[in-house]
Amino acid sequence: MADSANSMGNTLTRINAVGLRQDERRERLALFGLSVPAILLVIVIVAIPVGWLFWLSLFNDEGVLSTYNYTRMLESKSYFRIFRTTFNVSFMTTALCVIIGYPFAYFLAQLPQRWANIGLIAVLLPFWTSLLVRTYAWLVVLQRKGLVNQWGMELGLWDAPLRLVHNMNGTLIGMAHIMLPFLVLPLYGSMRTIDQDYVKAASNLGASPFQAFWNIYLPLSLPGLFAGIVVVFVLCLGFFVTPAVLGGGRIIMVSMKIETIIDLFFNFGTASALGVVLMLLTLLVLFISHKLLRLDRVLGGGGGS
Amino acid sequence: MSWLDSPASDTQIPHRNRLWLYFISGLVIIFLIVPTFIVIPMSFSASQYLEFPPESWDIRWYENYFGSSEWMTATWVSLKAAVITVLITTPIATMAAYGLYVSQLRLSRFIFILLITPMMVPVILIAIGVFFAYTKLKLNNSMIGLVLAHSTLALPMVLIVISAGLRSYDMNQERVARSLGASRLKAFFIVTLPQIRFSVITGALLAFIVSFDEVIVALFITGGKMSTITRSMFLALRDQIDPTIASISTIMVLVTSIALLLAQVFGQSKRK
Amino acid sequence: MPVTDQDNALPITIRSVTKTYGDVYALDEVDLDVQSGEFLTLLGPSGSGKTTLLMVLAGFTRPDHGSVLFGESEVIRMPPHKREVGMVFQNYALFPHMTVAGNIGFPLRLRGIDKKTARERVENALGTVQLGGYGDRRIDQLSGGQMQRVALARAIVFEPRILLMDEPLSALDKKLREHMQIELRHLHEKLGMTTVYVTHDQREALTMSDRVAVINDGKLMQLDSPRQIYDQPASTFVANFIGESTLLPVDHRNGQVSYAGNPIDIKGSESKNGSFLMLRPERLILLSSNNDSAYNTFQGKVKDIVYQGESFLLYVTLIDGTDVAVRSVSQKDLIAAVPEVNSQIVLGLHPDETVLIPDDNE
Repeated sequence: MADSANSMGNTLTRINAVGLRQDERRERLALFGLSVPAILLVIVIVAIPVGWLFWLSLFNDEGVLSTYNYTRMLESKSYFRIFRTTFNVSFMTTALCVIIGYPFAYFLAQLPQRWANIGLIAVLLPFWTSLLVRTYAWLVVLQRKGLVNQWGMELGLWDAPLRLVHNMNGTLIGMAHIMLPFLVLPLYGSMRTIDQDYVKAASNLGASPFQAFWNIYLPLSLPGLFAGIVVVFVLCLGFFVTPAVLGGGRIIMVSMKIETIIDLFFNFGTASALGVVLMLLTLLVLFISHKLLRLDRVLGGGGGS
Repeated sequence: MSWLDSPASDTQIPHRNRLWLYFISGLVIIFLIVPTFIVIPMSFSASQYLEFPPESWDIRWYENYFGSSEWMTATWVSLKAAVITVLITTPIATMAAYGLYVSQLRLSRFIFILLITPMMVPVILIAIGVFFAYTKLKLNNSMIGLVLAHSTLALPMVLIVISAGLRSYDMNQERVARSLGASRLKAFFIVTLPQIRFSVITGALLAFIVSFDEVIVALFITGGKMSTITRSMFLALRDQIDPTIASISTIMVLVTSIALLLAQVFGQSKRK
Repeated sequence: MPVTDQDNALPITIRSVTKTYGDVYALDEVDLDVQSGEFLTLLGPSGSGKTTLLMVLAGFTRPDHGSVLFGESEVIRMPPHKREVGMVFQNYALFPHMTVAGNIGFPLRLRGIDKKTARERVENALGTVQLGGYGDRRIDQLSGGQMQRVALARAIVFEPRILLMDEPLSALDKKLREHMQIELRHLHEKLGMTTVYVTHDQREALTMSDRVAVINDGKLMQLDSPRQIYDQPASTFVANFIGESTLLPVDHRNGQVSYAGNPIDIKGSESKNGSFLMLRPERLILLSSNNDSAYNTFQGKVKDIVYQGESFLLYVTLIDGTDVAVRSVSQKDLIAAVPEVNSQIVLGLHPDETVLIPDDNE
């Protein structure tokens, strides 16, 4: 049909084609224009300054173009330690969140909707409360004369006050508290969408409650779990406030080091290099998990047969 | 058959076998809630040291807070910045969300990701970058500078929330309105906006909290008279521990709780 | 050919409308004339392009090229809100934050009509769809059928001269749907506006329309009255899509049509050159063994008999192996004469009802 129409000559057949294309373009432009203010904001505040920093990181202290700032990181033991600490803290916090968060999310997902909503308030309330306030609260609770030590000693669980703050312990506890909602919320959401018919089918086919959970429920909850893990890990990598307060200066994360470098030395070259490396690591983690999650979806679709 | 033996789930596992789960969950709830609320009784303690439970009760830390011109100035700065941030971010994010959603180009997805980047780049990097730029532009210690930075930081979350709201909204309503004679603009304001208002309000609330709660960027680009309350609190925590912080924290917790309650109330009535 | 405009209806002229999405032709050079005041149904399977065409008429889909005239005016570049067409969507799309009266009065408010007149017209519209007095109800208080009628009232209250409907009845249950089909038909007769109706349900199309346009793969397959569409399908697609049918390949030799060696009288067929003979189950009758020369006959063996309440189906395998279904109404005399499974049988088709399906290039 279209071929025979073509042979009759373009002007006759492509009626209004030019005008319609113009209308289409105009509409697209207008809609695109709606996002221009947002784009400008992001470019001016984030893209340009960060780009500028990246540029700065390519110059050494004498102002000569070099990779000095980056090679220094690879050679210096202290920088290595900082990165290792950052990864350790992130990894352990994430693990803690999974261990505590998975059973809790599972518990909430099993509750009838009304009770689950009430239970969710327990998760949302800290989520929305100021980060600083919660960090401060942990500072007080975990200190030598704090709540935990008082009760622990009163109950006879230990004799001398435990050192729970201004060290790794306090940092981990505080960060786990901050990060827990970030794990529980996507995980809970994912669990809620699991069709209970799958579990019933497993039971009917002979699976014990544990087997039904392990073979059916757990794999189906993995997408939400992975999403939560990625979010928590990435947030931990760049975290500043809580380790700064609860770590007592002993736990030095990359972000804290960057702040120190600017605050004390005003050395933008070094600080930028550190920041860029942090950002690249973050993007790497996101990229890997993006690939893994895709894979997971594919496996989830075809596996089990 | 007592409750302990009744089935807890579709696998017919009895509650008895799940008590460990309930116990852990109870602990987790305590873990989550207690630190949030513990600042309240702490703030009434008379002692100079952070004490819980307080030995004697006093409201001196509140008096400290309200009586101190520095704390009050900082509070005012934070509030003002947060409100202006909401006023800037919400319309910009709504426009962008709508424009990107309706245009459905492949380019739109790229732009969406671009607008999310403030959430993906480590805040410390943005902070020193903005600090550097502001030093050149002489925007440090200014409300404009602060608000622009906070708006950019809040943008991704507001954009995501409003986009999600648009996705669950039936676009046919806007089409009907247009078929009945309303231009796109009119249709948006009369039909679409009222329907997605829950997302927009949530987004506005988020923008407020992101700005009010923000520490790292404010740490660098504000100071002295322009210091935000979070910056001042953070420095106070790091340098010496002032129980005044407890009273400020209590107020913040109460404000958050009320906001959350309102959000839940509005959410329920809308869902009907 | 466009008829002169009546006061309350406009003809629609569609020329060369084409819409592509990448390599896919959603609409392929569609030419279609809707006469002033007629009820025309766009009928086709999912993905055929019928809804796309409706959206082009409404202005929500911009074609690659083509022309659409409402009466004498070219509207293809006109934005939707200027086209003055009433539209009813599949899911009604009623505004939940307004009352019934608010919804229906919406187009009137946009046109600046004063409150008093508007209120009267809303009440009139409600009366027309038999929901008088429902003005103050909220949308979530309405049943499916009521919502559909409010959507209809909203679409006609500003007296558009063209009405577009996108499968408005598909969300209703069977009984309600059939009732609404008749009501819509009556409404159309009363108001007289040009109506373009989209559906994939052929029964609905045949019931309600003045004419039916069968669409497939973005192309117009046939535009005819329901009767013509059913009795004289213009292609194998239409023959298969509308009603039940079996297509038998026939031979042409020396101007004579024959099947399995037997000559076929094609008196009732408008097409004289098709390659296929169409057998509709309800047009076939069971003949006694004596070959009745008045009918075209087909010999076969009964494979299965299925009782369906108002009728029963016989599955017959013809001599050459083709399976055919025969439908007989469950009337007393006929039931008594039902043959047994595996018995030999002769089917008859009256020449007046014998139809050849034209080949695609005819």
